Amino acid sequence: MPVKQISVFLENKSGRLAAVTRTLAAAQINIRALSIADTSDFGILRLIVNDPDRALSVLREDGFTVGQTDVIAVEMPDQPGGLAGVLDLLEQAQLNVEYLYAFIGRGSNGALVIFRVEEVEEAQSKLSQAGFRVLEGDALYSL
Amino acid sequence: MYWNQKAECMPRDELRELQLERLKQTVSRVYHDVPHYRRQFQEIGVRPEDINSLEDLRLLPFTTKQDLRDNYPYDMFAVPLSEVVRIHASSGTTGKPTVVGYTRRDLATWAELMARALVCGGASRQDVIQNAFGYGLFTGGLGIHYGAECLGASVIPISGGNTKRQVMIMKDFGTTVLTCTPSYALHIAEVMAEMGVKPEETKLRCGIFGAEPWSENMRRNLEAKLGIDAYDIYGLSEVIGPGVAMECQGKHGLHIFEDHFIAEIIDPQTGEPVAPGEPGELVITTITKEAFPLIRYRTRDVTAMIEGECPNCGRTHMRIGRITGRTDDMLIIRGVNVFPSQVESVLLSIGYTEPQYLLIVDREGNLDTLEIQVEVSSQFFSDKVRGLEELEAVIRREIESTLGISAKVRLVEPKTIQRSEGKAVRVVDRRQI
Ligand SMILES: [Zn+2]
Repeated sequence: MPVKQISVFLENKSGRLAAVTRTLAAAQINIRALSIADTSDFGILRLIVNDPDRALSVLREDGFTVGQTDVIAVEMPDQPGGLAGVLDLLEQAQLNVEYLYAFIGRGSNGALVIFRVEEVEEAQSKLSQAGFRVLEGDALYSL
Repeated sequence: MYWNQKAECMPRDELRELQLERLKQTVSRVYHDVPHYRRQFQEIGVRPEDINSLEDLRLLPFTTKQDLRDNYPYDMFAVPLSEVVRIHASSGTTGKPTVVGYTRRDLATWAELMARALVCGGASRQDVIQNAFGYGLFTGGLGIHYGAECLGASVIPISGGNTKRQVMIMKDFGTTVLTCTPSYALHIAEVMAEMGVKPEETKLRCGIFGAEPWSENMRRNLEAKLGIDAYDIYGLSEVIGPGVAMECQGKHGLHIFEDHFIAEIIDPQTGEPVAPGEPGELVITTITKEAFPLIRYRTRDVTAMIEGECPNCGRTHMRIGRITGRTDDMLIIRGVNVFPSQVESVLLSIGYTEPQYLLIVDREGNLDTLEIQVEVSSQFFSDKVRGLEELEAVIRREIESTLGISAKVRLVEPKTIQRSEGKAVRVVDRRQI
């Protein structure tokens, strides 16, 4: 099962990010990883949380525009060239990485990185075949 | 089903005869009893006896909102105040309100027209009508109320606001017909969904919505969300209130109750009639009102006549299309005429089901700027920046080709654009300040 990422539309004005984290905190939802992409007008907050389905519904109830997307969490050796190995592999397989960001905690054997690609299953199997550890959603949420 | 079959299905030639007779009486009465009209008629040299056919109506001067303001509060009344039993006023967003009066017979006429309208939309005395139009000086609340009572339906005079209570009452009281503005109906539907109340848990089957322009898409949306048939009703306080025109169950055009009103559609610039079917400004002459008759009143509402007999209901009264805008909503931006409804139609055309948008017009140096804020709905949201930038670009491109001017498009969060429980705010023009 792939990892479910929550994304939230944010206008670039003060307090909006805090409002999202307040909603999640009130619902006792723990943020495991996050990244923000922004332009001059708006931002997109991407989150890995311990309970993505509930996060989706509480954010929606509070009036946010929210989406849920499948992403891949890959564990890689925490040493120079660790990330490069993964990216090389994806590039050779012609799998385009839309964006990536690091996980806040650590996996058992190294750093964890979240990848957003269109072909989630293909990327997952390619990475597994090459010996990378790809984490299942359930395993990741409870880390 | 009809409330007054004889009047509503009257053969056209008979109807025209009746209109002419009533027009002559009205013209003669206003000439003798309302100084404003006598002055206006004398200025252009027309006398009541010059009106010998319906076409002669065009000899008469227009009446504008400004005329009503100039005669504030009572100088356009055609009867002494002792004959007036009710006074309403429209909100005066610019200056003083517009005051209108009703004699006892005017109120009876209005109630009959509203009863006709309710029946035209499929209501009957078996219905429980939840009237969420505002009660007070605004004609919406009391207009619908007296019509519903005249019909013999059970009316819940709940007025607007307190939406959770509206939903509770709708459920508990077995409301079958909801009457309010379409934007408020949408708000009720949203609150209903938030409360977890499904349309099937209510007995609601029909909605009669008016007092602001709305679209076919909004109709489909309201029908789906509330599980109803939704109909458009038209009216304005200056003319009588709600009950000037009403959609029949064919949902194709609103029948104007022509035995009480004569409608024209004109080019707002020239004042000349537009070709049948062309959009223009609706102009109304009342031909039965006693206290506050109006001659060729410029409604500033933009609509078009629908030609031909109604294929659906047998009513002979002419139909107009939905109100698509206001002549005074028209913005002139860099010399181009822009109606906010055009932006709405662009958003609908790219798949928005309930577009929430705001036009912000400003001036930088000597150049007008237009920013259009559009709420991002979940349907169009993307976790990729590129996805949202593409959405912005599509909207910008479509706006440009529809309006003929460029605009900046800004995506905003849901519910950031002001929703009022009465009328939706669509334009902020900062150039005046
Ligand atoms: Zn009809």
